[in-house]
Order: sequence, then structure tokens, then C-alpha cells
Amino acid sequence: MADIVVKGGRVIDATGERMADVAIEGNNIVAVGEGLTALRVLDAGGCVVAPGFVDIHTHLREPGTEDAETIESGSRAAVLGGYTAVVAMPNTTPPIDDASVVRDVLALGRDALCDVHTSAAITVGRAGDRLAPMAEMAELGVHLFTDDGDGVQDPGVMRNALEYAAGLGVTLAQHCEVDSLSLDGQMNEGEWSSRLGMPGIPAEAEELMVMRDIALARMTGARVHFQHLSTAGSVAMVRAARQAGVPVSAEATTHHFTLTEAEVAGYDPVFKVNPPLRTVADVGGVKLGLADGSIDAIATDHAPHTADAKNLPFDQAPPGMLGLETAFALAVTELDLSIAEIIALLSWRPAAIAGIATEHGAPIAPGSPANVTIFDPVTTWTVDPRELASLSRNTPYAGRTLTGRVRHTIVAGEAVVIDGDAQR
Amino acid sequence: MAERERRRTPPYGGVFIARSRVMDADELRRAIWRMAHEILERNRATAELIVIGLQTGGVDLAERLAAALGEIEGTAPLVGTLDVAFYRDDIGLRPVLPEAPTEIPDDLTNKVVVLVDDVLYTGRTIRAALDALHDFGRPRAVQLAVMIDRGHRELPIRPDFVGKNLPTRRDEAVDVTPDGVDLGEIQRGER
Amino acid sequence: MSRQHLLTIDDLGADGIEELLDLTDSFVEVSERRIPKVPVLRGKTVAWLFYEDSTRTRLSFETAARRLSADTMNFSVSSSSVNKGESVLDTVQTIEAMGVDAIVVRHGSAGVPRQITGWVDASVINAGDGWHAHPTQALLDCYTLRQHRGNIDGLRIAIVGDIKHSRVARSNVAAFTAMGADVTLVAPRTLLPPAVGLWPVEVTHSLDDVLAHVDVVYLLRMQLERQAQALVPSLREYTAEYGLTASRFARLDPDALIMHPGPMNRGVEIAADVPESPQAVVTNQVRNGVAVRMSVLFRLLGSEVDPRQLVEESFSG
Repeated sequence: MADIVVKGGRVIDATGERMADVAIEGNNIVAVGEGLTALRVLDAGGCVVAPGFVDIHTHLREPGTEDAETIESGSRAAVLGGYTAVVAMPNTTPPIDDASVVRDVLALGRDALCDVHTSAAITVGRAGDRLAPMAEMAELGVHLFTDDGDGVQDPGVMRNALEYAAGLGVTLAQHCEVDSLSLDGQMNEGEWSSRLGMPGIPAEAEELMVMRDIALARMTGARVHFQHLSTAGSVAMVRAARQAGVPVSAEATTHHFTLTEAEVAGYDPVFKVNPPLRTVADVGGVKLGLADGSIDAIATDHAPHTADAKNLPFDQAPPGMLGLETAFALAVTELDLSIAEIIALLSWRPAAIAGIATEHGAPIAPGSPANVTIFDPVTTWTVDPRELASLSRNTPYAGRTLTGRVRHTIVAGEAVVIDGDAQR
Repeated sequence: MAERERRRTPPYGGVFIARSRVMDADELRRAIWRMAHEILERNRATAELIVIGLQTGGVDLAERLAAALGEIEGTAPLVGTLDVAFYRDDIGLRPVLPEAPTEIPDDLTNKVVVLVDDVLYTGRTIRAALDALHDFGRPRAVQLAVMIDRGHRELPIRPDFVGKNLPTRRDEAVDVTPDGVDLGEIQRGER
Repeated sequence: MSRQHLLTIDDLGADGIEELLDLTDSFVEVSERRIPKVPVLRGKTVAWLFYEDSTRTRLSFETAARRLSADTMNFSVSSSSVNKGESVLDTVQTIEAMGVDAIVVRHGSAGVPRQITGWVDASVINAGDGWHAHPTQALLDCYTLRQHRGNIDGLRIAIVGDIKHSRVARSNVAAFTAMGADVTLVAPRTLLPPAVGLWPVEVTHSLDDVLAHVDVVYLLRMQLERQAQALVPSLREYTAEYGLTASRFARLDPDALIMHPGPMNRGVEIAADVPESPQAVVTNQVRNGVAVRMSVLFRLLGSEVDPRQLVEESFSG
């Protein structure tokens, strides 16, 4: 007898759509069809049953800033947002730039509510000079390498890193920001920064590095993944590069397709993020990229910060916003795409970039690992920062009403979210 | 007082609606003439007088009184204006923007000040004016001339020279203009 | 105008600016009295929270508060509480707990006064936040212009210097254009803000071109750091291109006014003896600063009720 049956939902995965029950036993899906039974029933009436989402860009803050978030609390936020896997970013303290830190993070993640993978730094200390021991860390399962928080500034170092990575079969991901152009910019450079009297980060600070890494990818044949693209110009370059057959992929965050620089007018550091919120035209460009496949995946860049940190003067506050619990609903509410297309952006396409496509995002069929999320695509709800599972409260969407809510989430056969409540 | 209402005519404050004419232009003129004589009777010469009109209702009257005094005596006294906005006792309860800057032509020490206002009502404006005058010197005496005393005093203030005593209800209003004095009410305009 | 705060000139609009300028006439008169003091803010307390050392602005505000009979409290950078590393949030909440009606703030980071309005109930007055705004400076500059020219509408004003980093420039552009002046910014590209083409101003890189065609030259202070930041090659070159040198001064219309927010770098943006000429009205600006700040304090604390909402009832006689 199966352990769990997800009953009465509309199953949507990369192969198509159908009304079906899904039966789960142990860690796997054992049957998909009609009239299935099991020891426990999860009602999915009116809901969509999809492969669990994968966030390839999450800051879990552990080790180092556990008052903002821990791997455990971050994983809880993740499963409530429909994520069955997350890839942690390496800008922790200490940074994830060698095997021992990788091991620690993976160990801490073993008891998490979702599958916790980690990326690792491209350079030692994320300092941009010497290559980190990528082979050693790849052996522990690391597939994505990034100096996220910073971009690799030196083109020579990046070229070497790409060539080395290509030989390992891992993917380098880039936080595109040319430091000497972004300097001490606090927000997008343009009409608003001019009026608000703050130094700005021009679009070119991102676009120059996108342009450079496309050229390096073409030169080395190594794959480059562009993190959090924020400008229409970046998206256009990636579109052209893909069409030319250069091995690139890209992600965009929810805040870069829902918010603009105008939000900063009140000087509330909740809206401070890197790359910054940009113009209306840039938001349009990102949405277009998500629709036409130039951007493969939605990532959250979930960046928890304590209230103390965000209650500082704007130019002193750290950049970053929460994202795990609101990403899916924002995609449903703000993108003019079908549910299937949204699931692709959240699930199997990021899973492929992270190299975990066999466990996550896989078609819902007998034999597939039971990493599934069940959501109601039409119900509405209002974001209340105090009700979020994250330890931090820095969401820019407080008070906003969104459409679409996760009802249940199953990770490796365990129902970690039932009726919107985390089970542990 | 009604002057202030006019300044706040719709959509701000209210409009003064006249119900009856209490004094016409001639009666007004005669009252001013009589008051000027009374002022001279009480004080000996215009040289030591300073006539100060309260903004805004007393300014016109102060000038007319000073002119009358000048006609009678040959030399007109100095004239000044005083805005009491900064000395009111109801700051924070009511609108308190000054109407116009104060202009006091001389040190008031040892002078006789004749304060002039159009309507004497609760007495609070005069109390504020006395406070304000205090900052301009130490007058030998301060006397009060008003065209209309409408009663309902809330402070121990009394006028020295009165154009007309006019008993009124609290919900009524009095409007003094160069053409005459009307009794009526304030109709609240749109806010 | 927001009844509670003065954060930027935009809070005021042309009507609000006019109202404050008219009020200032009354406070100029008060300031010229034998006893330059009125009791209107008796019992009110104003706190100074200056994270940037600025004796002149603080003293100007302090004189204004004293002339209105308000009490004052000083929490400025020279005193210990700011130096202890206490956050702005904790500092202002401590100040409010002590019972203040208004906090006058100057901070090196843009937006801090606005953030403070979310943390306390007291009125907040911006005395300068980063590059962003310095509304009381703009008001006193407007008052000075009105004093000398009667009307700001139609005046041709050139603002010269480091516009990009200047809160005075931003507030002045807002105020002068709201009052109908034609404003031209004069600066090298590197000292102009991004997207300046969207500002309601003309822009030129040549001071010589505009000199003969302006009614007012407003000079901004040029700071040494800009050279270190590779924004101008040297102060000498800056002075040669953008300074009001003796020869440029000679080419100015004899009726043109020269203004400066202070402190002046004689020999850099302004030739050494130009401030003494009758066309330079810098000391008037300072004098007017006290009266203007009296208007602001009075308007925020002394007239709490919006006059447009009440009819004046029994207050008379």
C-alpha cells in the first residue's frame, strides 16, 4: 500500500497536463492514474500537482549570520514556497571555498525540510585572484560555482576559471558587476538616483561583464550561467548569444520583474538590492526574456537581513530581499504566462542548470523521486512579513495581494507542508 | 474680526451674511470724530500719543482716528500697526498665521499708546496686544479704543473709548467696514 | 506642506514656499526689534541632531528657536551620544522619549530624515541629508532673491559648480523653478548628475557663455576631494574654467546678484575680493537664514491646525 496519495489534482510537468492521482511510496512516485489509494490522502482538488521548484540562488546565511537565517529556517521558507531543492550561495562567513566548508553546509542541510545543495566560490575567499579547489568540491557534488556577491573582475582569471571548469563538467555562474563602474552606487543610476541624490549603479556595470563573459564562453566553449539579470540590455545580449549558439544560460529574480527603481523614493532599505531595481523598460525586458526563453529560470536571490541591519541609513544598509515564500505567487500574478510555462521557469529548467534534473523537476511518473509541490493557482492572499517562516522580515511585498499559493509540498516522499503549514 | 472671515472665504472658512445695518457711514464718521475728541480730552496733546491699529480690523480705524486727531489739534500723532499672532493664547487650537508684519514707528517708552481695534469681544486679542507692546518699550499708559463693544468678555479688559455698545448673541458676528457696521452671522463655507 | 515635517522643497510646492516667505517678513521684523523674541513656541522643545559638523547651520536654527522662546537640546556629533556608535533609530527614539516636539537633522546619508519620520512622532526638519536636499537653504535663498529683486518669477539664475554632489543645488533647482525662475546649471560633465537632461533646467559647460545673460550667479563650494576622485583634473583648472574670477566678475551685469551658500573657498570658486562687492549678498543670505528658520519652526510647531480647516470663530477683540 502506498504511503501518500495526492488526490484529484491537475498534474503538469514537462511532458504535459492531465488530471490524475499521484501515489508515493518511500522516496519515490509509484503510480500516476485514476482512483489511487494510500495510507494517507492529500487532497489536491482544484490544485495543480507539479514537480517541486528549485531555487538556484538562495542565501542561507549559515555559517556566519545565523540571526538573519539558518539552513533550517531557510529550508522551511523554501518548502512553504513550493521549493523542494535550493542551491545555497557561497558568500557566507567563512565563504564556501573549500571542501571542509562544503561538507559542513551539506551536513547542516541533511536535516533540512528540503534538499539543500550548495554552490561554491570560483576564487579563494571570493577575492577574484586565485582559483578555488573546484575539483575537490565538485567531488562532493557541487555543480555551480560563483563568487556571488561579487563578480570575477579580472578577465584573465575568469578565462582560466572557465577553461578549468569546462574540464570538470561543472558550470560557472556570474554575478555580473564591474566594481569600478558600480563604485559606491546604492541604486540604479538614472533619473531617480539623480533626483534622490544617491550615487548610482549604471546598467553598464552589469552589461559590460555580460558582454565579456559571452565572449569568454564563446572563446573557451565553457558554459556560463548569468545570475540575476536586471537590464533589458543584458537580456538582449544573452538572447543574441543563444541564437549564435554560445553556451550560456540565465536567471532573473522575482524583484527584477515586479519592482522598479521608483520604489526607492521613500529611502526604505527594504528596496535596496544588488543588482538594483531598474527602470520600467528593464522590467519589460526581463519579462520578455522570461517569455521567449532568453532567460531560462526564475531564481529568488533570497537574501535575509535582520531588522537592525535594514533600519540603517539607506547607504549603510546591506542590499537584499527575501524571496522564497513569494516567488511562485509573484510569477503567477505578474507574468503573462501559462501555469505550465511558470512551472518550467521554477522547476525543471533551474534543476537542469543546477545539475539535479534527475531528482528535481523530473516528470511525474512511476520511478521518479517524490519531489512534488501542490498549489492552488487561483486563490489570493496578502503578504504579511510577520507570518513568513524566514527568520527575517525584509520582504518588499508587505501588504501586497498575490494570486497562487502552495498547499502541500513533498520532499523525498515526506509531506513537509500540508495545507499551507510546515510540518516541522 | 469679520475681516478675517472675509480673508478665509470659501472654500476655506465662512462667509459673513449681514442681517441688519447697525451703523451707516455717517454714523461711523461721527463716532470717530467723537472718539477723537474724547481721546484728546483724556490726554493733553497728540505729541506723546501713538495710535496703534491691530491687524487687521483696527488698522483702517487707527488711521482715521489719527487723521481726525490731526484735524482737531493741527498735528497728527504717530501711527503704527501691530500683529498679535505670535502672542495669542490659543496657539495650537486655532489658525495662527500673522496677517502682516508689525510696524511700530518709535520706542514706546513714556508714550501713551492708544490701541485701536474694530470689535471688542472676549478680550483675548487685547491681552495678546498688551503682551506684544511690552516688547517695544514701557508706555506711560495704554488706552483702548474700539468701534463696537459686543460684550461676552472672558478676561478683565475694558475699553476706554467706544463707538457703540452692541449687545450680541455668541452665534452672531459683527462686521466693521469703511461703509458701516453690520450685524449678522458666519455661514460655514465648503471645507 | 505636510503639517508635520519639512524634508524637501517638493513637500512645499510654490504655494507653501510663498506662505513661508510671507511669514518670514514678520520674523524679519521681530528680529529687528529691541527685544527680538516672541513667546509663540514657549513650552516647545526642539532637538538638534547633527551628524555632520555644521556650526553655522545649527547656530542659525538655534537662534531661530530661541527667538521663538522654544527650548533646545543638542545631540550633535561633537557630543558623545552620536559617537558611541548608537544607531540613528535608537538615538531618535531616546530623544523622543525625553520629550521633544521637533528634531532638526543633518546627516551624511540621503534619506535619513525621511526614515526618521517613520520612527518618531515628533516633527522632522531636514537640515541637509547627503547629496539630496537642504530645504531651509533654498528657502532663505528665495527670500534673499525676493528681498533684492521683488519677484523670483522670470529671474535668470545660473548655478555654478559641483551640482552632482550638492544638496543645495537640488533644493535650489526645485525652489527656483517652482517660483518661476529660469535656471541654468554650469558645470563640467563629471560634476553634473546623471539624467540631468530630465531636470527642468538648461545645462551648459561654459560659464563665459552665460555670464552676460544672468540676473543671479549662484556659486557652489568646490571641494578638494573631487580632484582625488578623478572628477576634475585640478582645482586650478576648475577655477580657470568655472570660477568667478576678477575678470569674469568685471563682465557681469552690474545689477547681477552673487550668492553662495557658504563657507566660501576664496580663490577657488570665487575671487578673493568679490564677496565684498555690493553685488554679493552672502551676508544677507545668512541673516535671512535665521528669520526663514523661524518661519519654518513656527509653521510646523506654532500653527498645528491647518488654517484652511477652521473658521476663525470667537478669537477677536
